[in-house]
Amino acid sequence: MSKGQIQKIGKAINFMKKFFFSSIVFVTFAGYVLYVRHSTASLVDAITPPGLLNVQSAPTLTNVSSGSSPPPKQTPAPVASTTQPKPKSVSDPTPKPVPAPKPIPAPTPQGQYKNGVYTGNLADAYYGNIQVRVTISGGAIIHVAFLQYPSDRNTSVRINMQAMPHLQQEAIAAQNSKVNIVSGATDSSQAFRQSLAYALAQAKN
Amino acid sequence: MLILYQPMTSTRHIMGMPITLEIVDNNIGAEVADEVFAYFKSINNKFSTYKPESEISQINLGKVSAADYSPEMRTIFALAEETKQLTNGYFDIKIKDGIYDPSGLVKGWAIHNAAKILVDKGLKNYYLVAGGDIQASGLNNNGKPWSVGIKNPFKKHELIKIIYITNQGVATSGTYEQGQHIYNPHNRTSLITDIVSLTVIGPNIFEADRFATAAFAMGPYGINFIEKLNGFEGYMIDENGLATKTSGFEKYTKF
Repeated sequence: MSKGQIQKIGKAINFMKKFFFSSIVFVTFAGYVLYVRHSTASLVDAITPPGLLNVQSAPTLTNVSSGSSPPPKQTPAPVASTTQPKPKSVSDPTPKPVPAPKPIPAPTPQGQYKNGVYTGNLADAYYGNIQVRVTISGGAIIHVAFLQYPSDRNTSVRINMQAMPHLQQEAIAAQNSKVNIVSGATDSSQAFRQSLAYALAQAKN
Repeated sequence: MLILYQPMTSTRHIMGMPITLEIVDNNIGAEVADEVFAYFKSINNKFSTYKPESEISQINLGKVSAADYSPEMRTIFALAEETKQLTNGYFDIKIKDGIYDPSGLVKGWAIHNAAKILVDKGLKNYYLVAGGDIQASGLNNNGKPWSVGIKNPFKKHELIKIIYITNQGVATSGTYEQGQHIYNPHNRTSLITDIVSLTVIGPNIFEADRFATAAFAMGPYGINFIEKLNGFEGYMIDENGLATKTSGFEKYTKF
């Protein structure tokens, strides 16, 4: 193996390391952003780029059973608030509204991204499209906006009040056992990472 | 005598989600996994609303008349109608006139059909999981029921419940995206607590998935719907981290 080749491989490994660590920060951060969305309504800047409105609308599987059902939401679900990545907060079942946007620390001391606004590709989450837009300032991500987010399992449906049977309740608690299989709603995370990676790739060039 | 083989496990990314197959009871070749994954790909090609050339996209473009639907498409439309009836309209693939999105039905149905490929080969001990929705059969590599962890909707990589299944389907509906809050129509100032995750155990993944999807749309009352369904159990988590379980759910937490 020539010296040139080894250097190339070294560079590639460095790049991958940076990307990997920054990805962890971003994904955690984005999870939090997603989660606090509903409680930060006043901070949400609704982004509805005209070009995206013609993109396939997020599928709506649920039927509003009231007589005057509204047309399917064409507007991509807005999500955008700038937060500091705090993994602990992700587990907080009742997140508080996030204070005014603050730049988050860059994943590496020297800012690895060029300042600007970058839009990710439209990634297929199967249950809907995901597209993100990142804003880089001072070499760090200060903003991730969701231009598209699936709303197929929309909870905003009218429901009939029914008598609630007395079902047992419990507070959820972490389990440490090893298991064969994991069940959970994971449809959107892959597509999110894909769109974010695309946006960040542009920020590197 | 029980002969234990090294299980064959294989994962692929299809339809924007990871699909994993594990087969315990035979030294089976990789071609079985290939066949299963090829099936998922073929379903995706037919039913993906993101592929302009898919049959469902062509239908939505008005280019295919009902008389020309493929047998699979007819099956899905029939099952969708049945599910709509069974769920008081909470499940509907019709977005608006002439526009359909059967995604919510196709996933569970595809897993169910893929599992049939394994059954036809005489396999008895396996699981198939696609995007967190599970069809399990028989026993695991240790000769015990399959253990399934339910994810904490608030914290990645953390489990909050372990259940044990042998021949069941398990589906979890959930979202990080919070829709509008649901208000109590009788008292507008009181907010009904929203739900973030609903896990349903059913006789197979097709049944579990379609009812999990529909019940999730019912909000906090979805768990009542599952409670009333014979052969189904559910575990619902609200936004405060409080879980509500159906009356027979606990039997799955032991084996």
